[in-house]
Amino acid sequence: MTATQERPADEVEREIGRDRRRKEDQRLITGRTRWTDNLQLPGMLHLAMVRSPFAHARITSVDTSAAKQATNVVAVLTGADLAETAGACINAWAITTDQVTPAHPPMPADRVTFAGEIVAVVAARSAAEARDAAELVEVEYDELPAALDLKEAAAATSEQGVLAHPDLGTNKSALWRFDSAEAGTGGNVDEAIEKARTDGIVIEREYRQQRLIPAFMEPRSVVVDPTGEQITMWSATQIPHILRFALAATTGVPESKIRVIAPDVGGGFGGKLQQTPEEMITFAVARRLGKPVKYTETRSESLMSGHHGRDQWQKLTLAATKDGTVTGLKVDLLADLGSYVAIVGGGVPVLGAFMFNAIYKFPAYQFNCQTVLTNKTWTDAYRGAGRPEATYAIERLMNELAAEVGMDPLEVREKNWIRHDEFPFTTVAGLEYDSGNYEAATAKAKEIFGYDELRAEQRRRRESGDPVQLGIGVSTFTEMCGLAPSRVLGQLNYGAGGWEHASVRMLATGKVEVVTGASAHGQGHETAFSQIVADRLGVPFEDVEILHGDTQISHKGLDTYGSRSLVVGGEAIVKAADKVIEKAKPLAAHLLEASVDDLEFSGGRFTVRGTDQGMAITELATAVFAAHNLPDGMEPTLDSEATYDPVNFNFPHGTHLCAMEVDTETGALKMRKYVCVDDIGNIINPLIVSGQVHGGLVQGIAQALWEEAVYDESGTLVSGSFVDYLLPTAADTISFEIDHTTSPATTNTLGTKGVGEAGTIASTPAVVNAVVDAVRHLGVTDIQMPCTPERVWKAINGPGAGGATEGAAAPHFDASTGMEGTVDRTTGGTDA
Amino acid sequence: MTRISLTVDGAQVSDDVEPRMLLVQYLRERLGKTGTVIGCDTSNCGACTVHLDGTSVKSCNVLAVQADGGEVTTIEGLAQDGQLHPVQEAFRECHGLQCGFCTPGMIMQSVDLLNTNPNPSEEEIRLGLEGNLCRCTGYHNIVRAVQHAAGQGAGVTS
Repeated sequence: MTATQERPADEVEREIGRDRRRKEDQRLITGRTRWTDNLQLPGMLHLAMVRSPFAHARITSVDTSAAKQATNVVAVLTGADLAETAGACINAWAITTDQVTPAHPPMPADRVTFAGEIVAVVAARSAAEARDAAELVEVEYDELPAALDLKEAAAATSEQGVLAHPDLGTNKSALWRFDSAEAGTGGNVDEAIEKARTDGIVIEREYRQQRLIPAFMEPRSVVVDPTGEQITMWSATQIPHILRFALAATTGVPESKIRVIAPDVGGGFGGKLQQTPEEMITFAVARRLGKPVKYTETRSESLMSGHHGRDQWQKLTLAATKDGTVTGLKVDLLADLGSYVAIVGGGVPVLGAFMFNAIYKFPAYQFNCQTVLTNKTWTDAYRGAGRPEATYAIERLMNELAAEVGMDPLEVREKNWIRHDEFPFTTVAGLEYDSGNYEAATAKAKEIFGYDELRAEQRRRRESGDPVQLGIGVSTFTEMCGLAPSRVLGQLNYGAGGWEHASVRMLATGKVEVVTGASAHGQGHETAFSQIVADRLGVPFEDVEILHGDTQISHKGLDTYGSRSLVVGGEAIVKAADKVIEKAKPLAAHLLEASVDDLEFSGGRFTVRGTDQGMAITELATAVFAAHNLPDGMEPTLDSEATYDPVNFNFPHGTHLCAMEVDTETGALKMRKYVCVDDIGNIINPLIVSGQVHGGLVQGIAQALWEEAVYDESGTLVSGSFVDYLLPTAADTISFEIDHTTSPATTNTLGTKGVGEAGTIASTPAVVNAVVDAVRHLGVTDIQMPCTPERVWKAINGPGAGGATEGAAAPHFDASTGMEGTVDRTTGGTDA
Repeated sequence: MTRISLTVDGAQVSDDVEPRMLLVQYLRERLGKTGTVIGCDTSNCGACTVHLDGTSVKSCNVLAVQADGGEVTTIEGLAQDGQLHPVQEAFRECHGLQCGFCTPGMIMQSVDLLNTNPNPSEEEIRLGLEGNLCRCTGYHNIVRAVQHAAGQGAGVTS
């Protein structure tokens, strides 16, 4: 066989690796969609919420009398009315056993804790009438002081400062720690830092992860129909299975009496990974009135009350030798939870804890995270969830180290990264990275980017004093995804497992139905999963139907987040399909009058080795349907199911390079080029992967340059519409150059790694590194995100010129006693 | 209530509507044209884009009564005789959609763009779609889709 010889026929026809156009698209491009808000049921009522304008206030009275008189209003209900029936919003992940977790009633009766919290609900015959009547509900509030600033909130006590929940006596929810010396995964970080202070380099920085809003395009919507034997909820959610569990667990309605359907869901990005007050209230109102009920939020409601993401202060100390070898990293985080601990809210920074060491061989590492309650919208997962924060911090720090030792940022990385021949590699955070090749991805990215040429241009512009300077940003990221091995989740005190379920049904007509517990909202599961099954069972791609998102069809599942659908859900499908083949084998042997040992399965057919005798698996499905001639004792079915619990996370990685022009006279930025080479293992559908990467990139770039949820001093969200919350448009973005290297994952059959979050995780530091790189020679070492022209201009021209964060990492809080006495109002960077 | 009569996706319709009713509400709630969606309340996102008398409008920014006597085309009326419009085909071909929520508006705006400029540059496409937000695709493949459609002569044939 020569290298030029054609591949065998069965390989040519393989579905995996093909640019299949999506099965999902025909409906979506013709408007035949099933968004939750499209549903109209007989006699359906519409809800409107009355929301608090105050960040923190006591509810002194709610007068619903005028609203109840309004046209076509059926009911107006308050927190007191629903206290017994609305259940509760749960926190599924107490990150420490002593975590302080405020009770979260879907509609509080006595006190509101953020602006936008629901205090009453109106049910009317139309949405417009419900909204009109909501205006007539008179709520009287006693305004209370609001805890808004994260650092001040962290320092507040009952005696001093403002508490988000005065009854709890503290704003501190949990302090989560990891120390490599204690864990036995590395050395003592304080010793490393001390040593570096005498004969090495210590880089201390404080970075801000601004508050972001997931801003999925489809506003959340929920319909509840209580008129059947089961109560059916349609919801624009990422997590129908978890939602069903939470509804049952907190309302007392038996789980078997609840059906949750996630129909077409218009994006999530973590933002629909929640059990929301709106869902609980709609459920309660529908049960109370005995009528189908719908609630669809407005965009303003979505931005103010759907959970937000990020919002951390990161204090970082990196110790290194003078040649640029890192000897230790210490991380102290403050993380803003908002006013409640959301379903996995406290756990988001913990997911980052394992990723600050990134692709590097750090000998010592310590991570401390204090989660803090404030009177702002609750925070939870947003694309990347913890890993973007960690990646940003370390990739910014590696550039600072490179500048300190006078090396190219890629060289200093190479000096510290895990070499491709060192895998599998156990990191200082205790994870085992199974595969990767940082050298290969970086070499490829540099070549596509034209790294050396752009560096040369950068030098020319600097030497000539060009008002438009060029910056080159680097990010060599990795992340952990494919959430998650249940045993690890148990060790982290998470309230559920991380498995996924699938079943494969062989229909008598030769078609195949596959049920998955993953719940898509734009990812293209129907296409990618069909490709996997087509290859595995040797059936046509078109003959595979993927069913999901309805607990009555998919009775078991853990839904979609954390880049888990393919690597966990896809693996469950593989295992279920393999069981079908195993079940079919004795039948094939029986009908072919051969020994099981003489059978081979390939291309959808069982054949008797050394003969031309064979049967298609679809013929066996027909035979088992008739069941006239089965082996003795064989159950007449080929249908199979599998529940797969991953043995490890998986670790996509890549090298991202960004070229940014910075106008030093105006602070305006212009992205010239963005190249990324991602290693996500084997690829099922390159077209879908490209979409995930592009979209991920823009969300990460948007954190770097545009987006921020901003509150005023009274706790009102002032970026509460798409006028003020700056989502990028087509005109703000550029075309990207993306490519791949392939280090197959060793812990799943397909060798795949997650890709849903990679772009977002990697791109933010690449962009900010590019901006800072462009103006570092002007004395700038940091610019706070989002890097608006104003901030960039101030960094170049303002006092301190961006040096304000240097040294800001000290003093660290004493992790054994919490954060007392370490309030530092330094806002970092040049954000005056 | 005000009586309006108009053509929507080729069909004559006539209804009494509240003067405050938006065109998008009329399409969705009264005609069941749920292919057109509402993504915001400030006319920023463009998800509700339809054609009114041959030009793209954000149907959340038009009152139903303003469409009286007009001709409205929504995403559901774009395909003709079972044949997808070339822009619809191009969005599928180039993976210009993921969750698909922005897609009706994005396609209607792209058709309008190509009707006025059959051979746009990348920059002209990006500026032409500036009023339509997408959170999934990063716009990269949407731009490719419009380029692809232009290459297929979409702007000339419509």
